Amino acid sequence: MATVTEAPPLAPTPEEPKPPRKRGRWTPYWLLLPGILWLLVFFAMPMIYQASTSVQTGSLEEGYKVTWHFATYWDALSEYYPQFLRSVLYAGSATILCLLLGYPLAYLIAFRAGRWRNLIMILVIAPFFTSFLIRTLAWKTILADGGPVVGALNTLHVLDVTSWLGMTEGDRVLATPLAVVCGLTYNFLPFMVLPLYTSLERIDPRLHEAAGDLYARPVTTFRRVTFPLSMPGVVSGTLLTFIPAAGDYVNADLLGSTDTRMVGNVIQTQFLRILDYPTAAALSFILMAAILVMVTLYIRRSGTEDLV
Amino acid sequence: MTVVNWLKRNLVVIAGLLTLAYLLLPNVIVTIFSFNKPKGRFNYQWQEFSTAAWRDPCGVSDMCGSLSLSLQIAFWATVGATLLGTMIAFALVRYRFRARGAVNSLIFLPMAMPEVVMAASLLTLFLNLGAQLGFWTILIAHIMFCLSFVVTAVKARVMSMDPRLEQAAQDLYAGPVQTFVRVTLPIAAPGIAAGAMLAFALSFDDFIITNFNAGSTVTFPMFVWGSAQRGTPVQINVIGTAMFIIAVLFVLASMAIGNRRKKQKA
Repeated sequence: MATVTEAPPLAPTPEEPKPPRKRGRWTPYWLLLPGILWLLVFFAMPMIYQASTSVQTGSLEEGYKVTWHFATYWDALSEYYPQFLRSVLYAGSATILCLLLGYPLAYLIAFRAGRWRNLIMILVIAPFFTSFLIRTLAWKTILADGGPVVGALNTLHVLDVTSWLGMTEGDRVLATPLAVVCGLTYNFLPFMVLPLYTSLERIDPRLHEAAGDLYARPVTTFRRVTFPLSMPGVVSGTLLTFIPAAGDYVNADLLGSTDTRMVGNVIQTQFLRILDYPTAAALSFILMAAILVMVTLYIRRSGTEDLV
Repeated sequence: MTVVNWLKRNLVVIAGLLTLAYLLLPNVIVTIFSFNKPKGRFNYQWQEFSTAAWRDPCGVSDMCGSLSLSLQIAFWATVGATLLGTMIAFALVRYRFRARGAVNSLIFLPMAMPEVVMAASLLTLFLNLGAQLGFWTILIAHIMFCLSFVVTAVKARVMSMDPRLEQAAQDLYAGPVQTFVRVTLPIAAPGIAAGAMLAFALSFDDFIITNFNAGSTVTFPMFVWGSAQRGTPVQINVIGTAMFIIAVLFVLASMAIGNRRKKQKA
């Protein structure tokens, strides 16, 4: 639990200049009680149970006992470090792709869409309401062997490059890392677009005009004015994309192969099929700690405090 | 030259629209393949046009049962998370109290945690307590992970509220209950509605946390997951298409209502 309690408030709330109320000193506690109790019992307590499970030994038949067997952590890491590295690599690639793809879309909605703005917003949000599993399965059709997408990539010799990079194999895309990254990028793109849009929308368009009046070219305006002002959106967008992507196992399972398994896949298999609870708990704890450390460092470095 | 200039000027628009196409391509494929008549178990290749699946959406055994189960869970998870979340949001915005920072962190952490970590830890809790996995464990899990999102949505709205409106109501001799029902709640309503909508969508679509804590109970996403291994019926695409259409219509309708309200006020 140490990692949890020591983590800084990652999304500090903006200033709330409300005067304190004199009446009802106990009211806030009554309002908080049920929800906070729910989170303590079903979010915080499970973490403690998981920590204790990760240092247990025993077997399913005879039951598990806490023996402070920290070697499980070492064994899990040395056996599954390729999956850990893969998770960071895939989630990182997907996050960068999401930023590159999502920025123009967010910019379009914020500044250029005009009366189409609402429609485009709906089209970005609506997929949230349709099952993401069904949409992920649709990528199997899109990336099918010998399909138009694979054919086009082959003709453009893109697959030669990606094969050389180890992202694809031969003239297949399905069941390769490229397919998994493509699925991850697709699934978490809205989580990048929405925060980017929110922070772009707050920018006063007159700042653009001012930059233009000062003879800044569009590229300079973007680099010196727009992008720096959208940094809160970039930071929260990359976090909202990277964190769930690093723990995802659906894309790697549906679009990948046994060579593209990520940490999530290992945790899922250990927990639900092999029933090796200590190893599974240790893996999930390492993943959580790694992400909390990365997120904390990232927020420190990017130096932005107002995330929401 | 003019074409190049035009392209240059509209580069952002073109790139943005391409991203939008990337985002919507799977939905288009899902719609097209809902009219397919597949040979064999898998619906991944186009064979011939057929409306059979649309005429008999519940023709696959267990699918509509899982759908109705998911709708029930999503409904109760929305009710629970919205109620608890709204209370927390009001407490956080309207009152100063000890442990605010701790509460804020506790609200934020579930959103910053990979789903698989929460799913696995919750399962260890349920296993340790010897709980029967099923409807109730799914509901408990869904309320837990929807809660933070509701708090964030409602907080954003309540924070932008002018507290003087409530003071004015009280100056006009409205009691605390009357002030809350007649002034506070109507102003906070859009935030609460947004939180509820988000909770419903998150719960209805959740797979990872449900997969860990459902036992042998099958929700709709779990049915889709299972069918990806066994063979996907066309009806799944019908449900996917229908959900997309309903979502678009729903959002359009809520926007229309919002616009009319604005015009009435103006």
